[in-house]
Amino acid sequence: MNNIIYTLHDFLLHTESIVFIIMGISLLSMVGFWLFLTARDEDKNIQ
Amino acid sequence: MSEDAAVDRKSIMTPFNICAGIIVIAGLIVTFIRFTQGLGAATNLSEYNPWGIWIGFDLLVGVALAAGGYVTSAAVYLFGMKRFHSAVRPAILTGFLGYLFVVVALHYDLGRPWRLPYPFIFGYGTTSMLFEVGLCVALYLTVLFLEFSTAPMEWLGYKRTRNLVHRLTLVLTIFGVVLSTLHQSSLGALFLIAPSKLHPLWYSPYLPTYFFVSSIIAGLSMVIFEGTLAHRAFHHKMDEAHKAEHNPLTLGFGKAASLVLAGYFSIKVIGIAAGNHWHLLATGYGFWFLVELMGFIALPCLLYAMGVREQNLKLIRFTAAWTVLGIIINRLNVSIIAFNWQLPSSERYFPHWMEFTISIFIVTLIVLAYRFIVTRMPILYEHPEYKDSH
Amino acid sequence: MSISRRKFLGWLGAAGAGTTIGSKANAASNKVFKGYPDSMGVLHDATLCVGCRECEAACNKVNELSAPDKPFTDLTVLDVKRRTKNEAFTVVNRYDGIPESKGPVFRKTQCNHCLEPACASACFVRAFKKTESGAVVWDESVCVGCRYCMIACPFDIPTYEYDNPLTPKVLKCTMCAPRIEKGLLPGCVESCPKEALTYGKREDLIKIARDRISKYPDRYVDHIYGEHEMGGTSWLYLSSVPFEKIALREDLGITPAPSLTSGALGVVPMVVGLWPVLLTGVYAMSKRKEKIATEERETAVAEAIDKTTAEGEVKLSNAMAKAEKDKEKAIEKAVKTALEEAEKQAEEEAAAKTEAEAAKADQVEPDKSAGKDQAEKIDEAQTEEADEAPKTKDAKTNDEEES
Ligand code: SF4
Ligand code: SF4
Repeated sequence: MNNIIYTLHDFLLHTESIVFIIMGISLLSMVGFWLFLTARDEDKNIQ
Repeated sequence: MSEDAAVDRKSIMTPFNICAGIIVIAGLIVTFIRFTQGLGAATNLSEYNPWGIWIGFDLLVGVALAAGGYVTSAAVYLFGMKRFHSAVRPAILTGFLGYLFVVVALHYDLGRPWRLPYPFIFGYGTTSMLFEVGLCVALYLTVLFLEFSTAPMEWLGYKRTRNLVHRLTLVLTIFGVVLSTLHQSSLGALFLIAPSKLHPLWYSPYLPTYFFVSSIIAGLSMVIFEGTLAHRAFHHKMDEAHKAEHNPLTLGFGKAASLVLAGYFSIKVIGIAAGNHWHLLATGYGFWFLVELMGFIALPCLLYAMGVREQNLKLIRFTAAWTVLGIIINRLNVSIIAFNWQLPSSERYFPHWMEFTISIFIVTLIVLAYRFIVTRMPILYEHPEYKDSH
Repeated sequence: MSISRRKFLGWLGAAGAGTTIGSKANAASNKVFKGYPDSMGVLHDATLCVGCRECEAACNKVNELSAPDKPFTDLTVLDVKRRTKNEAFTVVNRYDGIPESKGPVFRKTQCNHCLEPACASACFVRAFKKTESGAVVWDESVCVGCRYCMIACPFDIPTYEYDNPLTPKVLKCTMCAPRIEKGLLPGCVESCPKEALTYGKREDLIKIARDRISKYPDRYVDHIYGEHEMGGTSWLYLSSVPFEKIALREDLGITPAPSLTSGALGVVPMVVGLWPVLLTGVYAMSKRKEKIATEERETAVAEAIDKTTAEGEVKLSNAMAKAEKDKEKAIEKAVKTALEEAEKQAEEEAAAKTEAEAAKADQVEPDKSAGKDQAEKIDEAQTEEADEAPKTKDAKTNDEEES
């Protein structure tokens, strides 16, 4: 029973909660990824 | 510094200080009434009108006008307009104070203000636009605090920490722009849930875009406007770089504001077309909408353009103030004036005098905090020890 | 809280193990949400309502609300339009002068218990919940008091305790959820003497309403208000007059409330995902432009230096050559003059010799002084040339500074 979502509201609550978590992770990992991407540039682009 | 203090003491009974003192005392009295007798005693809020000027002005206008922080830091650090560097600190400061006092003002409006962190601890009402607004404002306030914190650290001499934070500038700037984009637009999106209550000329699926774009305009205009005021009051506090960069900044930001206003004008017109609301322009609300559209979007767009072409700084400064007024009108239109437009006038909302008092009180606190900080910390000038590191 | 968190994790599990659950996961990602099956509702037939206010009295009693100024038997309160209040979760209004109806029409107002409640969608602490029974209930323990639910409700239902400074509550009809749990009827339904209110499964209520409309087509407007409005409500209405005339807005549309904001919400992750990419790109570009500009400036400076150095060298060598020539000329000239002078002297000497052979004593002396003069003259010329050389060097340094 618990696995069935009956209302659009509950569905959005479910998906948005996951989306918010992913957003947080992706925002933070962007910083790390940028550092990874530019680490071997002769002159470091990031301040 | 000690000289300044002496001057301050001598001139403590200036008209400004007397006014500020009266406002602060009145504000404290109303604060007491609000928190001991409830919202009902201090406001004209009702079942039909749950949001008054504490949301419409203090939150919506406050956040829009505090956009100068992200606009300026993005222009300088991301878009490479290094020549306006001296404008970043004051803009960040006003942004930070703006947001800080938005949160302070929110405590007056919330029924149970001590539960403000609940959405992020227990609630997770992720479908609510207000959740989005709250989350982004909280995060952005933190970002602004970090960006601003270099000034007091220079003032107090925490060199190590200051340099550590300074190295985060780029990341903070990008986070700031992302978060600002989100909550500025989400403030508009707050009203998407109520198509039946907001007048169709203002209600549009583009509301979030309107709010975001107009926040850029507000930010640019506020930087010019504040700069003008700061030049009058704190000229002696400014270093040569700040003075020298001020006029080019006014011209540059005026040009940018004119351009964004032109875009904003066109998307506003597209909004009428998309909703097919042309016929509503002939009504009373339509007239008011046209006043906003022509008088506070098209007109400042042209005035800015003329000011920039003729290098007329006075005109640009006037237009900045006019545009700020236009932003205030727009936010009040969406949240109060055109909201509940279908209700009979007896059910409509007009603010209680105590609501005005608190709003003025909050603005006064911002001005006082600004004055306290710029007279002490390296805002309008560069700290001699940290000149090279910019 | 713990229940909903467990549920949340349960859904996460469902999303992760999609294939094993198959049809259930399918249901979870369905595009159409029909609400809880077998959820309950109330049908209000306005044609049967006589405005006796019994339901108001019952609501007041079961919810233990404060007693109103005028008793519920006083029907003069119907002379003015009323709305839900903190002390009245439901009110009955009288609508006069409707051309479609001979007499006045009465209609009961209360929370419609939407299938997709706007209040729940708006609340940022999930204080509102659509329960399986159909009731939309509010949880005091989390409410922050932002009143966004009141902004959102298209029916203007929730009210707020503005005069309570410490624990203000959002108040509205609960569809008597506590009574339903005990197997009782909602207070208003139980008290209605005219059976204008019918409690039952929403699906059944819709069938009943359809039946009534088809049996008495003259009596009813052919529409069940609430079947689709705002995505459907658990309370349904039948009327003999257009619903607008009894203050039920017909312009609300059928879009469920969550859909109104889901578009804007959907843009949020796009901004979070792409803005940093865009902004970092802009930053990298302006940085690169700056770097190129600096490099160009540096090369320009270097070139300028090279050029000035080269020019300086050319100038110098020219000057040297010139100086050399001048020097030669000067030497030549000096030598010539010296020779001429010497010749002259020699001639003079010869003349003197021939004139006076007798005066031979100081002959050598004038000869020596003439030689000395010549040497001095050559020296002077050389110093002048040497002076010119540093001047060229100065010019070179000036050029460097300018560029
Ligand atoms: S009628 Fe209003 S309060 Fe009741 S469930 Fe619908 S949105 Fe919520
Ligand atoms: S007032 Fe309370 S119930 Fe209503 S939206 Fe705000 S937190 Fe939720």
